[in-house]
Amino acid sequence: MSDLSLPSPGLTLADLHGDPRRVRTERIVKAVLTAAATVSILISAGIIWSLARETFTFVTEVNWAAVLFSDGWWPRQGVYDLRTILVGSLWVTVIAMVVAVPVGLGSAIYLSEYARPSVRRVLKPTLEVLAGIPSVVLGFFVLSVISPSVVQRIFDNGLFSLAAAGIGVGILSIPLVASVSEDALRSVPVALREASYGLGAKKITTVTQVVLPAAVSGLVAAFILAVSRAIGETMVVFIAGGAAGNQAFELSPLEPGLTMTAAMATQAKGTDQVVGEALTFQSLYFVGAVLFVVTLGLNLVADRFVRKVRQAY
Amino acid sequence: MAFPSTLGAGGERAQRSVQEQLTGGQSDVVGQVFRILLLISLGVSLVVLAILFQDVITTGSGVFTTRAESFLSGGLRGSAARSGISQAMAGTFWIGIFVVVFSFPIGVASAVYLEEYSTKGRLARLVDVNIRNLAGVPSIVYGILGLTIFVQQLEGITGGRSLMSAGITLAILVLPIVIITSAEAVRAVPGSLREAGYGVGATRSEVVRTMVLPYALPGIITGTVLALARAIGEAAPLYLAGVTTGLLPGKQGLLEPSQLRESFTALPVVIAEWSRNPREGFTEIAAAAIIVMLAIVLAMNTVAIVLRIRYEKKRK
Repeated sequence: MSDLSLPSPGLTLADLHGDPRRVRTERIVKAVLTAAATVSILISAGIIWSLARETFTFVTEVNWAAVLFSDGWWPRQGVYDLRTILVGSLWVTVIAMVVAVPVGLGSAIYLSEYARPSVRRVLKPTLEVLAGIPSVVLGFFVLSVISPSVVQRIFDNGLFSLAAAGIGVGILSIPLVASVSEDALRSVPVALREASYGLGAKKITTVTQVVLPAAVSGLVAAFILAVSRAIGETMVVFIAGGAAGNQAFELSPLEPGLTMTAAMATQAKGTDQVVGEALTFQSLYFVGAVLFVVTLGLNLVADRFVRKVRQAY
Repeated sequence: MAFPSTLGAGGERAQRSVQEQLTGGQSDVVGQVFRILLLISLGVSLVVLAILFQDVITTGSGVFTTRAESFLSGGLRGSAARSGISQAMAGTFWIGIFVVVFSFPIGVASAVYLEEYSTKGRLARLVDVNIRNLAGVPSIVYGILGLTIFVQQLEGITGGRSLMSAGITLAILVLPIVIITSAEAVRAVPGSLREAGYGVGATRSEVVRTMVLPYALPGIITGTVLALARAIGEAAPLYLAGVTTGLLPGKQGLLEPSQLRESFTALPVVIAEWSRNPREGFTEIAAAAIIVMLAIVLAMNTVAIVLRIRYEKKRK
């Protein structure tokens, strides 16, 4: 610290300049922090660079008939039918949303509109614990409980199926849907609810006719984020979807199948270098790039919806 | 919104009588059904959690009662009866170290830059948007990054398909989580504290060090612990970063740093492989490994939740 004696009457501007040592420290600290903040930009650049190089090779050299019109995903034999893994991803996402949206939204409405604070304090951590369960555990759970005791009982299919995996992914997505929806519902001003009650509306009318419409863009964001999450989820499908490295084209969700993510994981697994046909290795990057672009697009759209809520209130 | 609770006993009576007149004394059946449906949807998560825990514990506890020691100290073997998780534990432990060593300092520094230093200019906006998008990138895409940069390009340093490649990849994966939660904690520091610091002549870095960081610390730790739990449970990127799924020769001590440049495995990968393995006994050891991992992950989550609740209470 500098001298604390009273300033002499002849104070000049130079006296207000700090101790040069402290100024230097400031400059160094700021430089270090700025460098740390740019690390995240380097990471993004690294991801895009990693994906782009091999994807470019794949896109320019592949026989496009093998990507668009062949039958099945056999990367080691040079058959890269994108439809096969897209259909898989689509089924898993649709089934996951059928599970996660009603359950997550219902939980959010209850927590935000009905639960007393004391009840909320008990129930909310349940969702937080569920959010903390690693996806491999859900994969195990699907194989040991959901598939044999739910899916197989109803459809009498095999143990490994996209439907069972989709339910698992749905369970994983419940906390995400619930927390984003709850934030949206809570950001609806109390005045709107009071106005509705003031007109004599019942609770259910207030919730469904006033609160939900007012929060709709936040709810849409929750839905899109959950879709993005479900498309990107790997391990549940890897474990319970029955994914082998290859997959014939299959429309039914009751059969084993591959998603984009599981296709990448199985392809990378257990080989010192992904070997096979000339472009096998590059196909891994191609699928990764498709996945990256799709989820990035969804996240950007969701972000726009979230901001709409903030602007409105 | 429970605003009846703000009324006294007299208020409640008045409310009831008004309600009766409005509804003509009839009960709102649809409203009740709706409420019950909502409660059921919340119950789904509870029931799933309960069945999951019950299933994992009944399936896996046998391993601990019959051969706890060999399971915890054994390595990857061909038969379920002789397999253990010591190598997986070592891998997961070192991944945790990488997260703490890389993500924590870089994440906190980025958060401090974003909240305290940046002038909300172009760089700050770019970093902010970028971090939010990074948080939504699927984990397996981070695996591609790990494969390309750490396994292939930097093979000389990392040793290729090694624990170091995997650890750095996962540290990068959770960095956005650390930044976002730390930035929130820093943002919650009251401006008056900063002003008090500047008022007595402290520089910006002194204010950050003596006022902002101590106040934001519980929030920062909560975020880091959650990020750590996430990294420990993450398996998908490890497949691309070259995790070993078959037999893994050799057995080093948990703390032996020479294993960083060698092939490795980790708890979530072992769980995934054993869960998929249809042969006799593998379901049981998968469940036993899950018990170990859930104990670690849930303990971390509990610490984070408790810290957050205590911290919210104190601030009110």
